Amino acid sequence: MARIIVVTSGKGGVGKTTTSAAIAMGLAKAGHKTAVIDFDVGLRNLDLILGCERRVVYDFINVINGEASLNQALIRDKNCNLLYILPASQTRDKDALTQEGVGKVLDELSKEFQYIVCDSPAGIEKGANLALYFADDAFVVTNPEISSVRDSDRMLGILSSKSRRAERNEEPIKEYLLLTRYDADRVKLGEMLSLEDVQEILSLHLLGIIPESKSVLSASNAGIPVILDEKSEAGQAYADVVARYLGEERPHRFIDGKQGFFRRLFGGRK
Amino acid sequence: MLNTSPVLEFKSSTFFAPILILFNNDMAAIEEALQDKISLAPEFFKDSPLIVDLRELNKQNQDLDFTQIVQILRRVGFFPVGIRGGNEQQNKQARTLSIPLDTVREQSSSISIGETQKQETAPQPSPQPEVPVAKQSANPIPAPPASAAATLVTQPIRSGQRIYASGDLIILSQVSAGAEIMAEGNIHVYNTLRGRALAGVHGNTAARIFCFDLQAELISIAGDYKTSEDLNKQTYTSPVQIYLQNHALIIKEIA
Ligand SMILES: Nc1ncnc2c1ncn2[C@@H]1O[C@H](COP(=O)(O)OP(=O)(O)OP(=O)(O)O)[C@@H](O)[C@H]1O
Ligand SMILES: [Mg+2]
Repeated sequence: MARIIVVTSGKGGVGKTTTSAAIAMGLAKAGHKTAVIDFDVGLRNLDLILGCERRVVYDFINVINGEASLNQALIRDKNCNLLYILPASQTRDKDALTQEGVGKVLDELSKEFQYIVCDSPAGIEKGANLALYFADDAFVVTNPEISSVRDSDRMLGILSSKSRRAERNEEPIKEYLLLTRYDADRVKLGEMLSLEDVQEILSLHLLGIIPESKSVLSASNAGIPVILDEKSEAGQAYADVVARYLGEERPHRFIDGKQGFFRRLFGGRK
Repeated sequence: MLNTSPVLEFKSSTFFAPILILFNNDMAAIEEALQDKISLAPEFFKDSPLIVDLRELNKQNQDLDFTQIVQILRRVGFFPVGIRGGNEQQNKQARTLSIPLDTVREQSSSISIGETQKQETAPQPSPQPEVPVAKQSANPIPAPPASAAATLVTQPIRSGQRIYASGDLIILSQVSAGAEIMAEGNIHVYNTLRGRALAGVHGNTAARIFCFDLQAELISIAGDYKTSEDLNKQTYTSPVQIYLQNHALIIKEIA
């Protein structure tokens, strides 16, 4: 049985797709057969960031509608043969996604894969709700600014009440915080919220802080997930996130902008 | 082809509806009092079914046109679904309106409207386990009652979520800005309260709010309220309790 992870936020443009690509690659690199699904019907970003846009033939909606089999639609990543991408449709509209259809695809993927990463669209509408409905774990991507924190809080409310686990009264979705685009200098200047400020409102288990980094843009232009750029801080931060998720203890870094200055203090709650 | 599968089936069930007890036959006063109640929890009362209880009125020999009260109730957004304690004339009117007579006693929680004071005792805990946790439109958290009278919530209440308790409400986690908690009885928050908290929503002026860290957007007891604008003028360094005194909300630190 696969573990289903939703990467979600409420607010748009905070780094969900960047994160989905990075952690899916990280999990695959760690030896786990992983599928990453783009739920952002109509926009299709994930395949660009993973550099497979020219190999897209069939998409998620085709599979839901039975126009293609999963094996036909899944694209194997060029850098890691344990990573597969199920791209979003660029031409259909969001209504093509149905709970039943999504459930069927996830069930089928679950037989073959160890992790399924769902890249959620922004907002709290249908697409986002479907992306989280079947999840076991949620990575709540948040930027250190008040509107993003507010939207994450709202998303957490939906996670705890509108998911399959909530409906079935099962153990709730495990929620993790990913603080991305964190700029320590701007935090010091008071232009951005600090980790403490964010945690005061969200109080979530912190999986990692991803610093604001130019390497993210260059990686996405090159179509290579930033986690493969081992020299970049963002890449290292994502590698830490995956390791922590898989159970390894790693101290948090990039909080003070200076790499290596560890502050375990802010480890968040277990 | 012969279809042998059954067309329908009857099952027994219970249906939750609050009871509206009238103490006065002044239609204008009733409508005004209803509007007041609704403004406290518009989402909760919107489209709510309602059983109209006329026992008190008829005890006092105050007559009331049932057709007219149904019109008022529908106008303000209720669905009257039953009448109890009506006289012959009222029951006849009800039948004409296809509103059934309800003879089952003490099944639902009650909303009292009128000038009487004797209803100020703590609200009767509903014997039904179906606590009306707001409406489907919100994201209700399933809140198992700790006892018949209190509802215990252990998970955080996030922005956009709403909780309604027909007795006391006890919350162990934080209540986010943009969340709303309501109780007919007292509210206890053993954590930070950033959202809206409304105690005594059915008019219990003796209800209180207790909270560890008061940063609320709004607090209200039996309809008297303060918003964050008033609340921000002062900061509290220890847990507080909030209660009503002559229609004024008093906030006191619990030493
Ligand atoms: N750590 C980072 N440092 C610098 N730029 C970043 C970082 N993370 C993301 N970005 C940039 O932010 C923009 C939005 O990122 P991304 O597309 O991953 O967000 P998203 O949450 O998926 O957006 P949407 O809500 O539109 O789906 C992109 O231009 C991306 O390059
Ligand atoms: Mg995206």
